[in-house]
Amino acid sequence: MIELSEGILLRMYYKMNQARFFEEKVADLMPGGLVHGTAPLSMGQEAIDVVSCLALEKGDLVSLTHRGHSQAIGFGLDVNLMMAELLGKATGYCKGKGGSMHIADVKNGNIGANGVFGGGFNLSCGAALTQKYKKTGKVVLCFAGDEAANEGSFHESLNLASIWKLPIVFLIENNLNGLTTPVSKHMNIKNISDRSTSYDIPGITIDGSDPLEVYNTLLKALRYARAGKGPVLLEAKTYRYNGHSKSGAQDNSPEEEVEEWRKKDPVLKLKNYLKDNQVFTDKQIQTIEDEAGNSIENALEFAMASPEPEVTAVLDDVYACEVGE
Amino acid sequence: MNNNELKKMTYREAIRLGMTEEMRRDDNVIFMGGDIGPRVGAFCLSAEMIDEFGEERILDTPISEAAMVGTAVGAAATGLRPICEIMFMDFVTFAMDALVNQGAKMRYMFGGQTQVPMVLRLPAGSGTGAGAQHSQSLEAWLCHVPGLKVVTPSTPAQAKGLIKAAIRDNNPVCFIEHRLLYKIEDDVPLDEDFMVEIGKTFIERPGKDITIVTYGTLLPKAMEAAVLLAAEGIDVEILNPVTLYPMDMKPVVESVIKTGRVIVAHEASKTGGVGGEIVARIAESEAFDYLNAPIIRLAGLDIPIPYNRKLEAAVVPQTKDFIRAVYCLLDCE
Repeated sequence: MIELSEGILLRMYYKMNQARFFEEKVADLMPGGLVHGTAPLSMGQEAIDVVSCLALEKGDLVSLTHRGHSQAIGFGLDVNLMMAELLGKATGYCKGKGGSMHIADVKNGNIGANGVFGGGFNLSCGAALTQKYKKTGKVVLCFAGDEAANEGSFHESLNLASIWKLPIVFLIENNLNGLTTPVSKHMNIKNISDRSTSYDIPGITIDGSDPLEVYNTLLKALRYARAGKGPVLLEAKTYRYNGHSKSGAQDNSPEEEVEEWRKKDPVLKLKNYLKDNQVFTDKQIQTIEDEAGNSIENALEFAMASPEPEVTAVLDDVYACEVGE
Repeated sequence: MNNNELKKMTYREAIRLGMTEEMRRDDNVIFMGGDIGPRVGAFCLSAEMIDEFGEERILDTPISEAAMVGTAVGAAATGLRPICEIMFMDFVTFAMDALVNQGAKMRYMFGGQTQVPMVLRLPAGSGTGAGAQHSQSLEAWLCHVPGLKVVTPSTPAQAKGLIKAAIRDNNPVCFIEHRLLYKIEDDVPLDEDFMVEIGKTFIERPGKDITIVTYGTLLPKAMEAAVLLAAEGIDVEILNPVTLYPMDMKPVVESVIKTGRVIVAHEASKTGGVGGEIVARIAESEAFDYLNAPIIRLAGLDIPIPYNRKLEAAVVPQTKDFIRAVYCLLDCE
């Protein structure tokens, strides 16, 4: 394991806190109706969501899942514009037309959060094909959930990426549960990374609640893909504390399972690491947490003060009008 | 190169020429399809192209339609202009998420942040004895998805002009080509800037007595019927909505106002077909008051396409059906 700099640890801790505060805020807002639609939460998954993105290089791309707030924050999206999008405001990333499940920032490499389980696998192949064709040296990090690995698109895209040696890291966040059903009822293998064998690509399973393990593994996987050796299938075992979405608010996950994972809370884990290794003082840690919290309060303020889209905007952007050169 | 030269070629060759010209013009254009590799594609469209452009730009994919179309969408959103071929339109079923939920929605859902300039080539239609799973005309499904454009050429010249316009368009364009038209030969402009504008309905044959609106492989049948009817002194006007979605209805409405009688025809099965939409739009327009007779829809029967030659022909409208429908409308006063 490589020694991590203070700078990267600071970014990790700040962004993981930002992600946690963002989602706590969204959870508070949902019952009041300010967030009009659903907003799938991933509290508990911050190590894999956030830290994996921190291992990327500038210019690398990501495809996010429907449970993508923390992934987006990890990738560096502006929480003001994210919160505005969740509140359906004209200032949001998608001008209020996407909502929680479709946050995108295409020009900066986030080709979009995807509302469809497994919808991002094939799109990532395309984004990676562009990188390979244009010889950019960039890699696509494709997030997906455990159930997405049961979609046909998972198998088709892993096969295609393998034979074309596309620069992709497929990252399966296995939070052990589908909407409400344990993953173990929907597949007989223990590790989804075993499926890499069928496509003759590397497959690795890691503890997704450990920020340092995530970071180091991602660095290796990204280096492999960047070197033109083809895709990697990573599986991170993780856990979400909340239900699937609005519809799963009353989650029926066994209490002891939730408790067991709460003990491994990734934000707490990193905090303890920072303290134990005297990377930061208690006061410094408090400051990082406060700043992360403030950024979310400011984001809400920004979103609340932002205008709704004009109704006439409903017709905008169905088609790109101009013809290519 | 701007020239006025015409060359006789088949519909199939015209599509290939259009693609080839665009690939020469723009390095971002790539072509992928199942089994279009060095041993040449199922309908021989990629022959020669692979020699010129190499396997970097002519990408042979496994038989994984979802991956192929999804890859095209992802590549288009990040700067390439892919052309994608699904060997039989019937198998667009495999690619529906990529096309409908991803490609058609990305621009709108992301507030205009991106565009998806891709072409999905879909060989379609019956008449080759290919049976129920290789003969369908599913264009109405695609016309029901805002964000997609749907075009279908009927002649070699249209095929060339339209594939070029589709490649240059910044949206996902479904390009439906009828397999029975592949061997049709006609004059095609060699001018590299010749294009058929997407979003236009064309008058294929001017006339004053009756309007026929049809497209794809039924156009030659309607034209044949018009020639036979002309000998009887009946002057048929034929319109071809080469772009099925979004459709240019203005020429249709104007024609119906002129003739007062209209037949709408397609090979696809009638219920839920594009013809129903055309008829509804005529009924909603000022042309309604000019109708001197009920509107007739000629369409495929609401059944799967059978194998037997005689049965297969019985499913879709033929030249004689156009003639019968014309007389039927002229009898209405």
